Amino acid sequence: MIRLVLVGTSHHHAPIELREQVALGREDAEALAARLAAGGREAVCLSTCNRTELYIAAEDADQAEQDAVAALATLGPEVEPALYRLQDRAAAHHLFRVAAGLDSLVPGEGEILGQVRVAHELGATGPLLDRVFRQALHAGRKVRAQTAIGESPASVSAAAAALAEQVFGSLEGRSILLLGAGKVSEQAARNLRSRGAEIALVANSKTEREPIEDQLATVDVVIASTTAPGLVLEADTVAEALRGRRGRRLLLVDLAVPRDLDPEIAELDGCYLYDIDDLEQIVAETLSGRRREADRAEGIVAAEAEKFHEWHASLDVLPAITSLRARAEEIREAELQKAESLLGRLDDSQRSAVEAVTAQIVNKLLHLPTVRMKQAAVAADGVLYAQTVRYLFGLGEEER
Amino acid sequence: MAELLFWPALLLYGEAAVGYFGDVRRPGRAGRVATWAVRLGWLAQTALLAVQAAQDDGFPWGTWAGSLQLFVWLVVTAYLIWGCRRPYRVLGLVVMPLAVLLLAVARAGGGTGIGSANHYSNLFLVVHVGLVLAGFAGFTLAAALSALYLWQDGRLKTRPATILRRQVPPLATLDSLALRTVEWSVPLLTLGVVVGLVRLVARDDRVDALIAATAVTWLVWCGYLGLRLFAGWAGRRAAYVALAGFALVVVVRLALPATHFA
Repeated sequence: MIRLVLVGTSHHHAPIELREQVALGREDAEALAARLAAGGREAVCLSTCNRTELYIAAEDADQAEQDAVAALATLGPEVEPALYRLQDRAAAHHLFRVAAGLDSLVPGEGEILGQVRVAHELGATGPLLDRVFRQALHAGRKVRAQTAIGESPASVSAAAAALAEQVFGSLEGRSILLLGAGKVSEQAARNLRSRGAEIALVANSKTEREPIEDQLATVDVVIASTTAPGLVLEADTVAEALRGRRGRRLLLVDLAVPRDLDPEIAELDGCYLYDIDDLEQIVAETLSGRRREADRAEGIVAAEAEKFHEWHASLDVLPAITSLRARAEEIREAELQKAESLLGRLDDSQRSAVEAVTAQIVNKLLHLPTVRMKQAAVAADGVLYAQTVRYLFGLGEEER
Repeated sequence: MAELLFWPALLLYGEAAVGYFGDVRRPGRAGRVATWAVRLGWLAQTALLAVQAAQDDGFPWGTWAGSLQLFVWLVVTAYLIWGCRRPYRVLGLVVMPLAVLLLAVARAGGGTGIGSANHYSNLFLVVHVGLVLAGFAGFTLAAALSALYLWQDGRLKTRPATILRRQVPPLATLDSLALRTVEWSVPLLTLGVVVGLVRLVARDDRVDALIAATAVTWLVWCGYLGLRLFAGWAGRRAAYVALAGFALVVVVRLALPATHFA
């Protein structure tokens, strides 16, 4: 039977310093999934700023788990103690919770659903991972449609805008320097613009330093979210820019993992630096109302996880059921063939009626055994029942 | 009668001070109760001042204790202009304990009586004492705004998860309000001091410690204005200067008046 294995770490288990070691861009995540899927396995790498998780479908669950741990330990040697390892039902339930935003710092946040979809698209999927990811996306959409968990304005970008208002009051006429143009920073900028702020410059890690340093002397808010591997803005550069600001305050929001802005900037007078962890903690604190809805969402997710478990467990008995039905159909057709001399006198409609009646008899006879075998599979007796059915009906014996 | 009004005022201000501390721990009801306590306490103190004025045929706050009571009333009045608004409630944390303390000190230092007949004219007292005290009340409020600025600045720097839970005025607003308050207060103090100096010269009196300390206070607050308007100071540095200026106000109000009123 193919097993589902999950190895990963998230904001619940690892601080940003550890998470940024194992955070992967799209291309790297795709390559890692392809590498882990070698040898007939399936693999998906879900990597966001809050989590890096490897989902593998394989016959040998222990080996798959070891490979996943080794892959993450290669990226970040210190991350191993912060890894969680789940299998089968628990792994699927975890993924469903992730897709529904229930494992996020902000309960019900919607970005994760898109990230799960992208991970699914980039992964090396087969029957099991394709099924579990599709069902996870379905569970995520269902939770958002049937509960109010995603209704209240709660996101990192909204928190950034609220912080800007705590510093500046009205944002009318305030200017923003955007470093990097990622989705999250775009949302933050859009949120600030909707409150009257203006974008002064959009730069990336390849933009020359001079225009960035010039803007630092005048802008009010800096939002950074580049994919640069190191710091984009050092404390010395900001300290230099502060000399020309005549005491004007500067809010810096670092949404990147790894971080773009030097943490030392927070020590500078008049500078307020928030990284992704700070913002997510703030948002989580303000969203206690969402937690009430989370209880309902957990129920939906649990039901979806149970459906997946039933399907996954049925994989144990599915070959036996398929063989049994094929054997029954074979017997039915053989018996009809034997009676061909009698049936040949029938017209087409009468012959169709005989075909239908015999098929119905077979179906009715096999319906209850099929249901009972699937039920037994969910209760972990599936393999025993499958073997019994194979023995009783001599399934597979004709192949020997 | 004055005694009957003094105690409700003191108790209500005390209740407000406690309420504002409660509001910090759990925002909501305690803050609303505190704001109402300030309003009622202010009404009680206003009535007290009215009774004192009625008992005296002129300006009854020319004594040290009387002027301190008037100072408290001016501070609370200035606070009420903003204090009723929810984001500014937190200013009460600074203003109300100070009001309670000063009112208690005034009571201990002279009671609620109107004192002996004063040899100053009513017009001079109203202009000189009134303007100086109004200026000092403004500085006190500016210092409270600056203290609140430093507190909120510290919170924003330390990035607690609860930073958005409590409604606090934005830093920029606190900073500009402190400046505007000082912009109004410095001219009031200047005018009050000039009136006093004119009388000092006319009567050929000597400069005492209070006058010297008031002059230093005036210089510090003028310096505050100069640094902010011409040197571009703002934020923490300006807030520290405001607190230094307030320390001088405390010295002038509490430590030295004994020589001036003697």
